Amino acid sequence: MCLAVPARITKILGEKAVVDFGGVKREISLGVLAGVKKGDHVLVHAGFAIGKVTKEEAEDTEKVLGELRAVINAESVNGGSGDTFV
Amino acid sequence: MSPEYISIMKTIKLMEVCGTHTMAIARSGIKKLLPKEVELISGPGCPVCVTSQEDIDKALKIAGEENVIMTTFGDMMRVPGSSGSLDRMKTEGADVRVVYSSADALEIAEKNPSKRVVFMGVGFETTSPTVAATIIEAKKRGVKNFFVLSGFKVIFPALEAIAGSKELKVNGFICPGHVSVITGSAPYEPVVKKYVIPCVITGFEDNDIIKGVTRLVRQIKRGYACVEVEYKRAVKRSGNAKAKKLIKKVFEQADSVWRGIGKIERSGLKIKKKYEDLDAEKEFNVKVKKSVLPKGCVCGKVLQGIKTPRECKLFGKKCTPRHPVGPCMVSSEGTCAAYFRYGS
Repeated sequence: MCLAVPARITKILGEKAVVDFGGVKREISLGVLAGVKKGDHVLVHAGFAIGKVTKEEAEDTEKVLGELRAVINAESVNGGSGDTFV
Repeated sequence: MSPEYISIMKTIKLMEVCGTHTMAIARSGIKKLLPKEVELISGPGCPVCVTSQEDIDKALKIAGEENVIMTTFGDMMRVPGSSGSLDRMKTEGADVRVVYSSADALEIAEKNPSKRVVFMGVGFETTSPTVAATIIEAKKRGVKNFFVLSGFKVIFPALEAIAGSKELKVNGFICPGHVSVITGSAPYEPVVKKYVIPCVITGFEDNDIIKGVTRLVRQIKRGYACVEVEYKRAVKRSGNAKAKKLIKKVFEQADSVWRGIGKIERSGLKIKKKYEDLDAEKEFNVKVKKSVLPKGCVCGKVLQGIKTPRECKLFGKKCTPRHPVGPCMVSSEGTCAAYFRYGS
């Protein structure tokens, strides 16, 4: 329900804009987001641009899982006393 | 100087408070990849699931009236009221239409001046500003036959209710990415301060969720609690100022009933007096019975993370996606729908 999909602004038409969802083009409203320019990437929800988003590179799942494992397995510096954190 | 890590209890319970996260986690199979110390619980973040039976019954009554076109997001079509659903009414001849945007509903109103067109508004802060914008637009264009039935909710009071719950001890919250695009990260700070529970605003890709979990576990291990934004590419501390202004302009906070949970104070949005001629509640003045949960349905407990779908006697037997009993199974983002489709 809160699904928002990233898209690129290809044309501004007043309070509306044409966006490109990676091939599929659609007209959406800019009614709830200020300061949008052609070429910006936005999140589109229920026919409205709700926020700007930066382009991100994909990351390796293994790499991030490895980071989590490291944090979970980290020893207490003082040898650990078995105290629980509540 | 390396940081001191505090030993932790056997299991860390993290609650995700967003239906889209429930689905993303289920679909990606992330639970199987996570270390055994981490337990993910689904919370009341699916707006369809938490819409009260009274609100559904109001929509059904309105849809049954003469010369009414009822418009709604697709997710609401099959949610059961005390008897029937919008989908069933449609097959029985009522004019019920699925729309992708409230702006489409307004267009339907303009094209059908002899009908009263009602938009059923369900959602959290991601959606309410878009409908606020449509209400303002309708008034600006002088459209007299467009109405909104507001079932909108605000997520923060529910977060507080769960954070303060004696029945369930949650060690951290995976917070909704898209709601936070609108609200920003600031509104989570009072919850974190008061209950000392870390909150990490997380995106929806597999890697986002793992990174969000990592940040939460790191905070818990180090013994502190603060709000972190993992979803940096879309969320700022201040959020979307224009959208927040629109919500305040059109709506005011009111007490709201959450299905299976009960009343949470100031957790709903009601249309302000200034826009009351677009308020479906005022226009139709429907009175409905107090809701009764179907026998055996434990959606309320599932929504609060107290029970899992498998602990519901109806799950997979009387209650399936084809024949749903409660909203957790009906909604495409419901916990039970996720479990059924992707397994736990």
